[in-house]
Amino acid sequence: MIDRDEVLHVARLARLALDEDELTPMARELSAIVEHVARIGELDLEDVAPTSHVIDVTGALRPDVPRACLPREVALAQAPAVSAEGFLVPSPQA
Amino acid sequence: MSATDILELSAVAAAAAIGERSLSARELFDVYRERAAADRAAGEDGLNCFTWVAEQPPDGGASEPLGGVPIAVKDLFCTEGVPSQSGSRILEGYEPPYTATAVRRLSAAGAPLLAKTNQDEFAMGSSTENSAFGPARNPWDRGRVPGGSSGGSAAAVAAGLAPWALGTDTGGSIRQPAALCGIVGLKPTYGAVSRYGMIAFASSLDQAGPLTRDVRDAALMLRHMAGLDPCDATSLGLSEEIELPAAERLDGLTLGVPEELTNEGIEAGVLEAFTAALACAEELGAKVTTVHLAHAPHALSAYYVLAPAEASSNLARFDGVRYGMRAEGASGLLDMYTRTRHDGFGPEVKRRIMLGTYALSSGYYDAYYDRAQRVRTKIAEDFAAAFEEVDLVLTPTAPTVAFELGEKTGDPLAMYLNDYCTVPMSLAGIPAVSIPCGLSEGLPVGLQIAGPAFSENRLLDAAHALELAIGFRGGAARV
Repeated sequence: MIDRDEVLHVARLARLALDEDELTPMARELSAIVEHVARIGELDLEDVAPTSHVIDVTGALRPDVPRACLPREVALAQAPAVSAEGFLVPSPQA
Repeated sequence: MSATDILELSAVAAAAAIGERSLSARELFDVYRERAAADRAAGEDGLNCFTWVAEQPPDGGASEPLGGVPIAVKDLFCTEGVPSQSGSRILEGYEPPYTATAVRRLSAAGAPLLAKTNQDEFAMGSSTENSAFGPARNPWDRGRVPGGSSGGSAAAVAAGLAPWALGTDTGGSIRQPAALCGIVGLKPTYGAVSRYGMIAFASSLDQAGPLTRDVRDAALMLRHMAGLDPCDATSLGLSEEIELPAAERLDGLTLGVPEELTNEGIEAGVLEAFTAALACAEELGAKVTTVHLAHAPHALSAYYVLAPAEASSNLARFDGVRYGMRAEGASGLLDMYTRTRHDGFGPEVKRRIMLGTYALSSGYYDAYYDRAQRVRTKIAEDFAAAFEEVDLVLTPTAPTVAFELGEKTGDPLAMYLNDYCTVPMSLAGIPAVSIPCGLSEGLPVGLQIAGPAFSENRLLDAAHALELAIGFRGGAARV
């Protein structure tokens, strides 16, 4: 079972604010899903290698050729707040 | 050519008509543009298929070989200067500075952008009800969902509001809406199509693919978007060019029906249409036999660990700094992050971020994430063993026909069960196509055909033969 405290802990890890009235439903829904997926615990998977990716490609590199990157003003154009030089954010110390 | 005649054309036929000059690209574009714009203007009183509709075709005329058959594209594909927000409030107002490779290739082959389509937020859902744009509707019955997450693309093609559409499939998001809307949906082999410019959900599973009226259209679209892309290190392309399928028989083919995916949990009417399709396959000369995918019943559990885990990482980038919205009045950087994500994400996305973060958190990683990756290995091995005995595997695409709006939104697990028959193929990275195989209670049923990695030509050939023999009439859904 996932309780309210665990929901708050995971939400902190996920950088997600949850409203007071979201906590209990979230705990209930996550518990139900986790209970379902925990059935994979019944399988014997001792000597099975994990698969992170289905295709066997390693070291896929592009040719090392310099090319133009996005101009700064284009990269900044979609940001909610900018200063002259970059993305503007509230102070971490505030 | 009259508008009614134009609407009867498949994409293959429309491209041919343009080539023969019996139809102009502009005429074709305008017929569909007008229909799509009307649906967009009707908002939730229409099918709500679209999030954006083009004003006019791009300058410079359409190029060969497609000649100008316009395409509707799922919102999550980045399209330069055109809103692309993956159905989410958090990307409100985002107009990407570049275009996704798949869209760019199709456009270069002569398929200009007609519209962007509605979807579940960040492709998380099976009903297109989790969208910042409101739910899309099923043209067969407007009280029902079109499936998801590529529900806008599926409904648009079924309703004749777009000649064909591009979607993405992570655990069934092309195949299931195609099934529920009575059209064709193909999830190619993982790596066949570049993911560059797709707003990511679960990177080891996401794959772009066609939603079309028929199998030949799906083949034509895949041919023009597949291929190695230096911008996606996991793209491989296909070893052979995709041919337009022409097969009318299935002689010499052995088709496997996995017992684990065709027993409990499949609605009676769906099973009936599926069984009829198997009989049809036998009449076409195929041998139909039972196979076993012993771990398939655990695929859904593994998927709902792996996909949310990858999503929780991918969606960390939405923090109110570089694009999209930012919550007002935050008291500092951390507060700005957490409140922006609170305001910007919908309930299902929050649930999956929480689930994925939980599965990856200290103390739970081995029990969930590591074990789910091992289950993934077993599922791929099950398919490899099955393909030693049979050429292709057949299942129903979805356990039910289209359900009513709101029917499953209160129960996440019930919604997840829609993916029961489609997630095993996603985890194994193999190609699978859904074709309509009949009606149950007046609603379409999908037949899923899966093959080994990079067997698209063989898969589409078999799908084409079955499609011809089944003779499904999708015109009833046209608006």
